[in-house]
Amino acid sequence: MSIRVENISKRFGQFQALQPLTLEIPDGELVGLLGPSGSGKTTLLRIIAGLETADTGRILFHGQDVTNVHVRDRRVGFVFQHYALFRHMTVAQNVAFGLEVLPKAERPSNTEIYKRVANLLEMVQLGHLAKRYPSQLSGGQKQRVALARALAMQPQVLLLDEPFGALDAKVRKDLRRWLRSLHDELHFTSVFVTHDQEEALELSDKVVVMSAGKIEQVDSPQELYSRPESRFVFDFLGHINVLDAQVKGTRLQQGDAWVELPKPITVPVAQLYLRPHEVHLQQVPVAHANLPLTINAVSLIGAEVRLELQPDGWQADEPWEIGISHAQYNAWQPMRGDRCYAVPDIGHLFMEGVTEPETLTWASTLIQDPNFPKRSAHLAEVS
Amino acid sequence: MSLAIASSLPQSPGKRVLPGFALSMGISLLFISLVLLLPITGLIVQTAGMTWQEYWFVVSDPRVVASYKVTLWAALIASLFNGVVGLLLAWVLVRYEFPGKRIVDALMDLPFALPTAVAGITLSALFAQNGWYGSMLAELGIQVAYTPVGIIVAMSFTSLPFVVRTVQPVLEDLAPEDEEAGITMGGTDWTVFRRIIFPSLWPGLLTGIALSFTRSLGEFGAIIFIAGNMPYISEVTSLMIFVRLQEYDYAGASAIASVVLMASLVLLFLINIWQAHYLRRIHGR
Repeated sequence: MSIRVENISKRFGQFQALQPLTLEIPDGELVGLLGPSGSGKTTLLRIIAGLETADTGRILFHGQDVTNVHVRDRRVGFVFQHYALFRHMTVAQNVAFGLEVLPKAERPSNTEIYKRVANLLEMVQLGHLAKRYPSQLSGGQKQRVALARALAMQPQVLLLDEPFGALDAKVRKDLRRWLRSLHDELHFTSVFVTHDQEEALELSDKVVVMSAGKIEQVDSPQELYSRPESRFVFDFLGHINVLDAQVKGTRLQQGDAWVELPKPITVPVAQLYLRPHEVHLQQVPVAHANLPLTINAVSLIGAEVRLELQPDGWQADEPWEIGISHAQYNAWQPMRGDRCYAVPDIGHLFMEGVTEPETLTWASTLIQDPNFPKRSAHLAEVS
Repeated sequence: MSLAIASSLPQSPGKRVLPGFALSMGISLLFISLVLLLPITGLIVQTAGMTWQEYWFVVSDPRVVASYKVTLWAALIASLFNGVVGLLLAWVLVRYEFPGKRIVDALMDLPFALPTAVAGITLSALFAQNGWYGSMLAELGIQVAYTPVGIIVAMSFTSLPFVVRTVQPVLEDLAPEDEEAGITMGGTDWTVFRRIIFPSLWPGLLTGIALSFTRSLGEFGAIIFIAGNMPYISEVTSLMIFVRLQEYDYAGASAIASVVLMASLVLLFLINIWQAHYLRRIHGR
């Protein structure tokens, strides 16, 4: 069932939780609402569910106006952040609740309810815990019970409010994968709220990035990452390294730092945004960039080694973070206090008065084959 | 090296990190002894002079037995009435915003703050045949003052705060998500109340009703003014104790008192066992 949010706005007292916004969610998609807390994502989800009423606008399910339809008649599945399981009921009773409260005419027989509950619990792999009480379950199990309960009514729309927020990283990852496969299997339309960009990017067909009650961008995870439309989206999706600089012809300059641009620009001030993996480190500057940095911290985390760097002879609001491969790390052996130079491969230039960035590439340092890890080529220069 | 450091540090005597256990526990035990055990011991000592026959004779006196019945029935009805009304009041105070809410909330404690004798005089003045309420009820053929109904009115007035004050915090703690979950699954308001809210309130409500009941069993001041105190009809057990005391029959008074005490303790004990069982299921302890 497709969902259309039309011109919806909401105000809580003085606080404008949602600016009028419009959003189209096609049938069968898994959509993530991503944003920092206070961005209005949960409010939007609750308005779609009917748990909150909007001040203006309409909600349409499958082209039908449901704005004034009561929650209990909207027939959506809703999963709460803290599970909201009924403590005094067993797992099976929790899952059966929705079926048991159906009006007599629609209610399946008791044996039918029993069978459906058993099937649902089997589906969430909790058949053996049917007689337990929620307090006897782990967080991950509780959330799966909550999902089974929401799915008992066979809703065509499933709404999830920070579904994995209260779980630890490992369980969260498992459940995420499991929800994805469940979604692909049952083909309902799902909307979930998260503040975790990794979760949104991994799970969603489409991500809706929100800030301060507005939609910043709606795109597939790939598009969102490769073509962020605003500074906010850029900032929100992972760490970025910023060079805030004066423009002098084709050169961006701030203190000792400068970067030669591929072409001249006309504005006096600009910011260059560099993602950690779009920059590499060398021990000598190159012809097109001189960005001296001092190593602040070296952390070996998983697949790469992350360096935290302090600008040397120029300024940045936040320290820079650049990842290097273990191979480069082993060859170079960087230490705290060492000096090195950042070399941008791809940059995103924000110019005054323009919201969208311009993406720049420095062709000279780029290797033609995009699959080939470019950093290995620089190893020679470093060592 | 590390050993040397450890041995030079002052050693903590026990395993407890938080201080003050011995002192606070000691004071608590002393206080419980003074407040609870001492009167009970006194009661036992007073009745110890009686033989079982004498004890049985006093506590099974027909007039006293009639007073048990009146007291039990009246307390039961009063506490059940309070269960319903108290739940409603607590619900209104927690769920809705209205002007004067803080004042109403404060007024809830009035029956506790008011001397019970004052409550008794006020109630009997209001419900007497020529009183404001009494005259209206008399037209309908209902007599409250000087009947067991008067006892029920006095009991429920003095013990209403027990229910309100035990249910209120439970209601405040209820997660709105539980109700929302119930509604999204299609439950009607009544179903959600009956199957989701009420089971959570139930232990608290039952405690409130039980407290209200035991308090009513012993209520004296508020009742004697309105009850009329007619033997076999509207005499409560606490009055019987008072009567024995006025006759300087301390042993007899204590004997009857011990029955009331026993009934209260057994009831509280049973409720606590049941509640522990119920809560263990909910909290998984």
